[in-house]
Amino acid sequence: MNADGAPTPLTFTVSPDFNVKHLPGWYVVNTWLQRHTGESIRLQTFDDFATLHRALLGDHIDLIYANAFDAARLVRDHGFIALARPDGRPDEAVVAVNISSPVHEVEALGVNTRVASTDHPDVHLMGMILIESADLGPETVQIHRYANFVLVAKALLYDDADIGFFLAETFDEMSPTIRSQLRVLVRSEIFVISHLFLVHPRLAHRADAMRRSLLMMDADPKGMAALDDVGIRRWAEVEPEEVDFMIDLMDALDD
Amino acid sequence: MTPEDLHGEEGVEHLLTYADGFRRRVYVVDREVPFPDGRLVVSRTDTNGVITHANESFVAMSGYSADELIGQQHYILRHPDMPSEVFRQLWGTVARRQKWHGYVKNLCKDGSYYWVYASVVANVRDGAVLGYTSVRRKPSRRMVEDAEVTYAALK
Repeated sequence: MNADGAPTPLTFTVSPDFNVKHLPGWYVVNTWLQRHTGESIRLQTFDDFATLHRALLGDHIDLIYANAFDAARLVRDHGFIALARPDGRPDEAVVAVNISSPVHEVEALGVNTRVASTDHPDVHLMGMILIESADLGPETVQIHRYANFVLVAKALLYDDADIGFFLAETFDEMSPTIRSQLRVLVRSEIFVISHLFLVHPRLAHRADAMRRSLLMMDADPKGMAALDDVGIRRWAEVEPEEVDFMIDLMDALDD
Repeated sequence: MTPEDLHGEEGVEHLLTYADGFRRRVYVVDREVPFPDGRLVVSRTDTNGVITHANESFVAMSGYSADELIGQQHYILRHPDMPSEVFRQLWGTVARRQKWHGYVKNLCKDGSYYWVYASVVANVRDGAVLGYTSVRRKPSRRMVEDAEVTYAALK
């Protein structure tokens, strides 16, 4: 309860990797969720993963649309409950170069390659895996972290980096002007890693109702419009074993 | 696996004996299948090493159909160049619920082979190990060359 006796709103957040053009859409999703779950929900966004992770450690988050890496830890280590996943939208990574780069295959990359990355845990992990075949690792490349994928693209355009790591869907949604100056060196095709919509275990008693609301969202015209605004077709049911499988996979990949 | 699976290629015959005492005749050709960029080869087994899940990339690389793989022992992919000591270490490590990493030369149904960098973890559910997940990715050539030397010495 607040000081005035009103129920404390639930805090909903979205993994900071979302495309900034989808930000208004997430507020629409938040409003739709409030109406259809009867809960008071407040959307709070974070500029970077470090701030998000501090909020999670402080136990300030009730609902989260989390990237796969964070979702795995939240479910395994903190008991978060998976409600749904975006249908047909796996998390994939792209390693890109400047269009004029002499490098046309991963194996042509050498020691001291300048890597432009973000603090996005999934994308950085997948990016590093994608360049392993060139015998490169954290000790043999120069990693420069940027605040977002647009700045990663700029680093490539201004020759401040040799390769850049991107979330594939963000890369694909970049402006044609930027895209035309970049080239995909390699794209992951993992298929089974995706963001998850999670709820804190203290709300376990409300999880089924929230899940039902999410799964029927695309059947409601306003819900469908809200989903469209954040680039999601519909929410799909996620089985507990599916989540466990994703956690095992992330665990296996995370050296 | 039969000589017909080699589709006319000349193969070298090997008789393999696995840890469970099972003996199997395989045919090997000296042809490497490149690991596809960006892919992960994923499989799961039960605690006895029987394949319970194989992703699309696993099926495609192996040359077997999904139906031929599911229910088979994972050693269906064992290449005769792989020392059994490597697999003893693998199973010992995951049995302790620790992650295992290593370079593995796998045998395809048609006698060809592919190298992977494999990671294997135990699938722990409600405190019990229900099986194992293996994820393989494209290895570096330098590490493959090192593994070839190491494994040849162990044979």
